[in-house]
Amino acid sequence: MRVNFTVNGRRQEADDVWEGESLLYVLRERMGLPGSKNACEQGECGSCTVRLDGVPVCSCLVAAGQAEGREIITVEGLADYAKHRDEAHPGDGCASGSCGTSLQRAQRWRAGGTDSGTGEAGELSPIQQAFIDAGAVQCGFCTPGLLVAADEMLEHNPSPSDADIREALSGNLCRCTGYEKILDAVRLAAARQEEAV
Amino acid sequence: MDFLRPASWEEALAAKAEHPTAVPIAGGTDVMVEINFDHRRPEYLLDLNRIGELRDWVVGEENVELGASVPYTHIMEHLRAELPGLALASHTVASPQIRNRGGVGGNLGTASPAGDAHPALLAAGAEVEVESVRGARRIPIDAFYTGVKRNALAPDELIKSVHIKKADGPQQYSKVGTRNAMVIAVCAFGLALHPETRTVRTGIGSAAPTPVRARDAETFLNAALDEGGFWDSGKIITPSVAKQFADLVAGACNPIDDVRGTAKYRRHAVGIMARRQLGWTWEQYRTDGGGTGRTLEGAA
Repeated sequence: MRVNFTVNGRRQEADDVWEGESLLYVLRERMGLPGSKNACEQGECGSCTVRLDGVPVCSCLVAAGQAEGREIITVEGLADYAKHRDEAHPGDGCASGSCGTSLQRAQRWRAGGTDSGTGEAGELSPIQQAFIDAGAVQCGFCTPGLLVAADEMLEHNPSPSDADIREALSGNLCRCTGYEKILDAVRLAAARQEEAV
Repeated sequence: MDFLRPASWEEALAAKAEHPTAVPIAGGTDVMVEINFDHRRPEYLLDLNRIGELRDWVVGEENVELGASVPYTHIMEHLRAELPGLALASHTVASPQIRNRGGVGGNLGTASPAGDAHPALLAAGAEVEVESVRGARRIPIDAFYTGVKRNALAPDELIKSVHIKKADGPQQYSKVGTRNAMVIAVCAFGLALHPETRTVRTGIGSAAPTPVRARDAETFLNAALDEGGFWDSGKIITPSVAKQFADLVAGACNPIDDVRGTAKYRRHAVGIMARRQLGWTWEQYRTDGGGTGRTLEGAA
């Protein structure tokens, strides 16, 4: 079957989708967006977390057909998504095609970060930059899911308590860091967000 | 496999009548796991996400009619005062990502003895509204669970909503697991005080082939509270009464040994939860008068 949906602000279609296929499989194997990770396939680890119409979900548990006509944000589109949110016109008021992240750009996405030589900022959302600055990334496998989950929490809860952070990230497993630096990164992003206001 | 996408409830009922083997999928948190792991290859998947009314709820005089697909997140956020036990139970479901997708209809459809909503529904009192092209009917929650992962649905029926009694007194819910998230209950217990009828109701999860009420424990406690004049005096429940109640609740369990825990442990833990919850709810009843909406909210 064919699935029409919006991925990172751009209309996309996927063909020859098997009816029992997950949204995660479509994103990774048909859209060529491997940022969302495939690990447990049972909603246990959160590494496939994406936004479905704004809500964080495990994409491994969404049937591809259920994504028909809906809006998906993946980690590849997070920087652009955060930028538009900060400019307070998410989606509206942008010339068509000028916002969102094209498939091509998303497929080529590499972590930029702030270049230590030139001081130029690459394309990162504030939460991504905070993860790098706090040393919250080790093997990196759980990172995309954590970024999407943490970014969503900060969107509606700008000054989270530690308990809020723990709860918001309770569905994301990390086997490297012991979570402390991840919590540091989210606190850092929250503090920077507050400063910016 | 065919993917059926009804745009309305009527279309969904027609599709289910035409294809009784179709597996309904809403949040997908059970069904997709089985498909991902090749444990299930349904001929038809029946997507219920496009039916908006399944995500609505109506707060009535006596009941809340909760659409089958209302995500647990919404129950936690919007129905804490009306359904404190279910709100607490909802907060223990898996993780935020899962709570954003899963709902009570899925718990009922799967009918696992470990489903988190069941003890809260049993304790509050509820009826499951199911429908087919032949018509609609309401199944009392006590008659809904018919066996391990079996329920009273006919092959052509779909779960539309659950009519849950609004709390008229304190309610509690707790579950045993290895951490506070992503846990399938080792065992669970829910308790609701119903001051209007001067009764208590219970629900036990994951400690019998189906979710069950501890009826002997309820009967004992109802009589003890009545005879001792506790509802009027609001005095502290005698420890021997609480112990007897807990023992009878433990006795209502019919658990098995499995990877999550032994039968002995489950029976013991359910008894402990029963005694503690009786203490918590009774304390709330006697200090708040038990009747005001504000103080009935679950701690979720």
